[in-house]
Amino acid sequence: MQDDDNERHKIEAPVWTEEQIKKRRQRNLAIAWTLAGFILLFFVVTIVKLGGNVANRPM
Amino acid sequence: MSDTAYSNDRPEVLRQGGEGSAGDFFELLKPRVMSLVIFTALVGIALAPGGIHPVIGFTALLCIAVGAGASGALNMWYDADIDAKMARTANRPIPSGRVAPQEAAVFGSILSVFSVMTMGVLVNWVAAALLAFTIFFYVAVYTMWLKRRTPQNIVIGGAAGAFPPMIGWAAVTGSVSLESLVLFLIIFMWTPPHFWALALFRSGDYEKVGVPMMPVVAGERETRRQIMIYSVLLVPVTLLPGLMGFAGALYTGATALLGFVFLALAFRVWRAEPGLRQDKAAKGLFAYSIVYLFLVFSLLLVERLLGL
Repeated sequence: MQDDDNERHKIEAPVWTEEQIKKRRQRNLAIAWTLAGFILLFFVVTIVKLGGNVANRPM
Repeated sequence: MSDTAYSNDRPEVLRQGGEGSAGDFFELLKPRVMSLVIFTALVGIALAPGGIHPVIGFTALLCIAVGAGASGALNMWYDADIDAKMARTANRPIPSGRVAPQEAAVFGSILSVFSVMTMGVLVNWVAAALLAFTIFFYVAVYTMWLKRRTPQNIVIGGAAGAFPPMIGWAAVTGSVSLESLVLFLIIFMWTPPHFWALALFRSGDYEKVGVPMMPVVAGERETRRQIMIYSVLLVPVTLLPGLMGFAGALYTGATALLGFVFLALAFRVWRAEPGLRQDKAAKGLFAYSIVYLFLVFSLLLVERLLGL
């Protein structure tokens, strides 16, 4: 009985094929590049908006 | 057999996701629609008075493009059931099983929020609010509410496609003005003849899935009449920029000529006998309508760049 229950509730780990792993890596790289671009965009716009005042802060 | 048996006979991994390539997700953004959105938004930015720093202008364009793409992804998520039954759309990422529906929904939602927030923080909040409204309008008002309920679906839904130049304008000025409303109206009036021409030679597909496109519900004769009415309304609207003084003689002259050809093609559709001749006329108008809109907006852009 206990064994039956265990069997019923067992979670099957997904088995990834080579192709799926390749696509996952590709997706992860796309996300990484997008995030890097997003950070760069915020950095550049901040510089553009602040202009010469970037370095102007009280010590 | 586990407790979580599915009636669907697709492999389980497809329903869970994890199958799509980066390219499949890019396809969810409807890149071809996106390119027209980027172009018309660029014209809105270029025409707006006051000018904008190129980096901020680029950021605004990026946000509009991503926001438009996000609504495309949400549209594909919601419409996956009918997309699967139509030849033109059966190979899209969701119906073909490459991307799971929940993946597309999450992808579209995240991009919507990020595009609107980025626009607000880096450009201005008026443009961000307009972008948010456009996404809401396309996904909720058009896709979820009107598309499957009324043959006027694309008339009202077309407003979503007409907002980009207005958002571009608002990115520069921080406001909505009469001029940007005219840019909106040009696309708004152009949408019905463009899509109904397509529907005339593709109505079989829409009929099969129960989308009440005009030719399916009101008949081809009525559709041809409506195409003519909207074309007659469209041409004077395209002349407004000249009359209001934010376009010059080159634009007005060339657009009048282009509009005349549009009317002639619409007339040919209106008068066509049902059957092959009607299909041919509708295909002609559909193809020309794309070139027409591109040229009208190009003329506005070229005039501004040349300082005419």
